Amino acid sequence: MGGWTLSEIVQLLLNGLAAGCIYGLVALGFVLIYKATEMVNFAQGDLLMLGAFMAYALIEHYSMNYWAAFLGAVLFMAVFGYLLDTVILRQVIGQPQFAVVMLTIGLGFLFRSGASMIWGTETRAFATPFTDGVTRVGGFVIADVNLSIVIGTAILCGLLYAFFRFTRIGVAMQAASQNQLAAYYMGIPVKMIFSLVWAISAGVAAVAGILLAPVSLIDVTIGLIGLKAFAAAVLGGFGSIPGAVFGGLVIGVIEQFSGIYLPEGFKDVAAYIVILLVLFARPQGLFGNIGRKRV
Amino acid sequence: MRFFFKTDYNQDINLFRDGVDRFWYGLLIAVLLVAPFLLEDFWLGEISYVFILAIVGIGLMILTGYTGQVSLGHAAFLGIGAYTHSVLLTMGVPFWISIPVATLLSAVIGALIGRPALKLTGVYLAIATLAFAFIIEQILIRWEHVTGGFKGFPVPRPEVLGVGLVDDVPFYYICFGALVLAVLAALNLLRSPTGRAFVAIRDSEIAAQSMGVNLAAYKTMAFSISAGFTGFGGTLFAHKIGYLAPDAFNILLSIQLLLMVVVGGLGSLHGAIYGAIFVGSLPQLIAILRDYLPESVARQPGLEPGIFGLILVFFILFEPLGIYGRWLKVKLYFSLFPLYKKATFKRQKTYTKSERNR
Repeated sequence: MGGWTLSEIVQLLLNGLAAGCIYGLVALGFVLIYKATEMVNFAQGDLLMLGAFMAYALIEHYSMNYWAAFLGAVLFMAVFGYLLDTVILRQVIGQPQFAVVMLTIGLGFLFRSGASMIWGTETRAFATPFTDGVTRVGGFVIADVNLSIVIGTAILCGLLYAFFRFTRIGVAMQAASQNQLAAYYMGIPVKMIFSLVWAISAGVAAVAGILLAPVSLIDVTIGLIGLKAFAAAVLGGFGSIPGAVFGGLVIGVIEQFSGIYLPEGFKDVAAYIVILLVLFARPQGLFGNIGRKRV
Repeated sequence: MRFFFKTDYNQDINLFRDGVDRFWYGLLIAVLLVAPFLLEDFWLGEISYVFILAIVGIGLMILTGYTGQVSLGHAAFLGIGAYTHSVLLTMGVPFWISIPVATLLSAVIGALIGRPALKLTGVYLAIATLAFAFIIEQILIRWEHVTGGFKGFPVPRPEVLGVGLVDDVPFYYICFGALVLAVLAALNLLRSPTGRAFVAIRDSEIAAQSMGVNLAAYKTMAFSISAGFTGFGGTLFAHKIGYLAPDAFNILLSIQLLLMVVVGGLGSLHGAIYGAIFVGSLPQLIAILRDYLPESVARQPGLEPGIFGLILVFFILFEPLGIYGRWLKVKLYFSLFPLYKKATFKRQKTYTKSERNR
């Protein structure tokens, strides 16, 4: 491997970071929902797929401009997430975890099937302001699509941080996730808060989908990325928001480098090997902590 | 309405509750034994497939329905069983050695994956088994000189005294015998202290632990036994599909297997069998359904997974006890006829039980 120059390694690192941002965003969606409602949404990747297809529909069929379509798709998915919680997922509160896992897997299948009925199974693409552009920074050439993913993720994380830290409703969400009953007694509408968390999570998935679209063209199976994002969430320790993003970046970089330095095939399963290693060695992840139950 | 007066402790663990049960199960076995003389080969093939699914379903039921551990990776154990058996057959090992070897190997790998997975509960376990299944699938693809890679290889067809064992009728009897063995093994397991310990772990780990159940040992055992059953089912599955390729053992199959135990009814062996019948006949049902749907919907490739998803969602929301649970309700309705209370099976109001503390 001596033939690798610094610039190639940096290039690999950048690609890894861009892919990692997407994993991070999807993982962020898992973690938001898990922190609030203790449900794990196996359909998160399919929400990403729906978001990307919504943007595609708005741009190609209604000839909207990219930014308007971006906003439209995210809003649509947020409403979709809200309704998903109020209509379906609220029914299984208090059921064993297993029920939630199966339910969201079933929903994921439904979304995929619905999308393939509406948009077909072919691969789609839409034009973005970033497609094919490059930016040169001090001798390194960076594809604009990758740059847009990294910057978009950074902005989104900043917005979410500000939202949870400074707005009334954001603080209410933190309270509800720490102790539902206490939050309820304090007059916080816990049910609505949970639905809003689902809305945010679906919105984040849509952002990830739209940012990802120019890199890996969209089709109905793009949601499988959600399974790799589990690695990010697990690595970060399922209950930590910064952990999810950090975990995503690590997974993205590991994947890129294992594609080059390890035998063929490792790139596809690197994320899963990381999951097993983390779960077996340190199940609470890098940032998480698990309390002890009092009997 | 019938009443059961228990006069003996053994009545709690007898295989058959009374003469009536013995009569019906006997009749069922008799019907299945003469079926090959009455049915066409096509239907025999379908029924054999249901038998195989039922064996795998029993394996998964022991883990998920009785021990309460979710596995999203059982297709991997099925794959390990199928590949080990077929590779050994190709190397010239007789089938009566290769089947036990494949079963044992699955069980050992199940124990290996189950041992570290002990620390994990609920979702984490689901994710870990999912990751494991992906890794196994990749190994099947990449270990080309043994598994044939993407292309796969045909499964040999063993013969005894000039009779092809995987011809329709002999294969039907083999699958039937295997299922009866599996059911008896599972029944005996579940009425033994080991099986009771599994159920105790499912209902409350802490309570089980305080009663002296060694969580580590029993969970590993549950994983290993479940994987063994699944691997055993896998050896027959290999003959059923006739040609092994890695994409037969993907995540979709794992979910289909879970669908089987959920739809059948978690926590009962009847459920595993009902689920197998349901999943086994689903492709036929969908084919029939296609005729009634408008042309534009019926030709969609996404229809089948969509229906899978829909069924899963409906069962989780409306009948979490599955087909077997529904059957119990219907039975109770008739045995109590004018006095059936709707609230008997009403779901109690429940609250989220936090898994963050453990």
